[in-house]
Amino acid sequence: MSVPSETFKSLVKAAAEQVIASAPELTSLDQAIGDGDHGTNMKRGCEAVLGKLDAISAQPLDEAFKMIGKTLVMTVGGASGPLYGSFFLAAGEALSHDKDLPDDLADVFGSAVNAVSARGRSQVGEKTMLDVLVPVLETLKTAAGQPDLIARVRSTATEAAERTAPMQATKGRASFLGARSVGHVDPGARSSCVLVHAVCAGLEARA
Amino acid sequence: MIETVGIVIVSHSSDIAKGTADMVRQMVGTEVKVAFCGGNPDGGLGTSVPLIIDAINAAWSPKGVAVLVDLGGAETNSEMAVEMLEPARRDLVVVCNAPIVEGAVMAATEAAGGSTLAQVKAVAEELSAD
Repeated sequence: MSVPSETFKSLVKAAAEQVIASAPELTSLDQAIGDGDHGTNMKRGCEAVLGKLDAISAQPLDEAFKMIGKTLVMTVGGASGPLYGSFFLAAGEALSHDKDLPDDLADVFGSAVNAVSARGRSQVGEKTMLDVLVPVLETLKTAAGQPDLIARVRSTATEAAERTAPMQATKGRASFLGARSVGHVDPGARSSCVLVHAVCAGLEARA
Repeated sequence: MIETVGIVIVSHSSDIAKGTADMVRQMVGTEVKVAFCGGNPDGGLGTSVPLIIDAINAAWSPKGVAVLVDLGGAETNSEMAVEMLEPARRDLVVVCNAPIVEGAVMAATEAAGGSTLAQVKAVAEELSAD
């Protein structure tokens, strides 16, 4: 499967714009259980990606992913920079240089998720972005090739983000709150959900 | 003059980073290279990978650099910054698991005596031992 550069560009643009539009919500979630900067940090990073969008989409897909990752690392300014940055850097590493997309998309996504886990020294169940990314990876594996794959990925992300609300955080600033972190959706899980939804919507619009 | 391990202080707050560096210099003067950074790329509370890379290069010593950090994002961004250094420098930088102020003062004092990077890191991390 190959991805025309215009399609890639419009997906990146839609994802960045969705995150920017969600910044107030992400900030408000982070004010409840963190330091309240997740929205502004992600907005800064996504604006930087939009600023380089032409240069990014002119690259082969693997280099484009790495460029997105590096841009986020250099501009986000919070822990989410290296975490999302590592996701895209690892995805770029997992893509081969000569092909556009591998047969097994879940392999690439899995490498990216593993990089987030390693960078954050975190596992699923600790009330983080991994609590969305790991279930999405599972759906990518189990529903691969199914006609309703995109719809299933979307509902997986929605449900997984909601499931972080009753969790008690054991990683990141939210863990300082102990039991008081229960009852709030994790901001990182929510931003991951926003990104997944934006890509799903973009792919559906082109289907 | 003997080569000494360099010290980098990375805080979410530029005031804390600068204040910590002032306390370090009070102990070691100019015997040890000290660099600091604080704040996100817009100048608000947070940390910035490019500023951390600049600080590490500013405090560079052939004996290596010990980085002292405050909260989570400072540590994650510092680890990322180390990985983005030129390959020859990466293995000569450590991020210490230590309280930022006490760790920086202890690490710099140890460094001033000509200790190795591993010794400097160990002294700072004793502060976090149970």
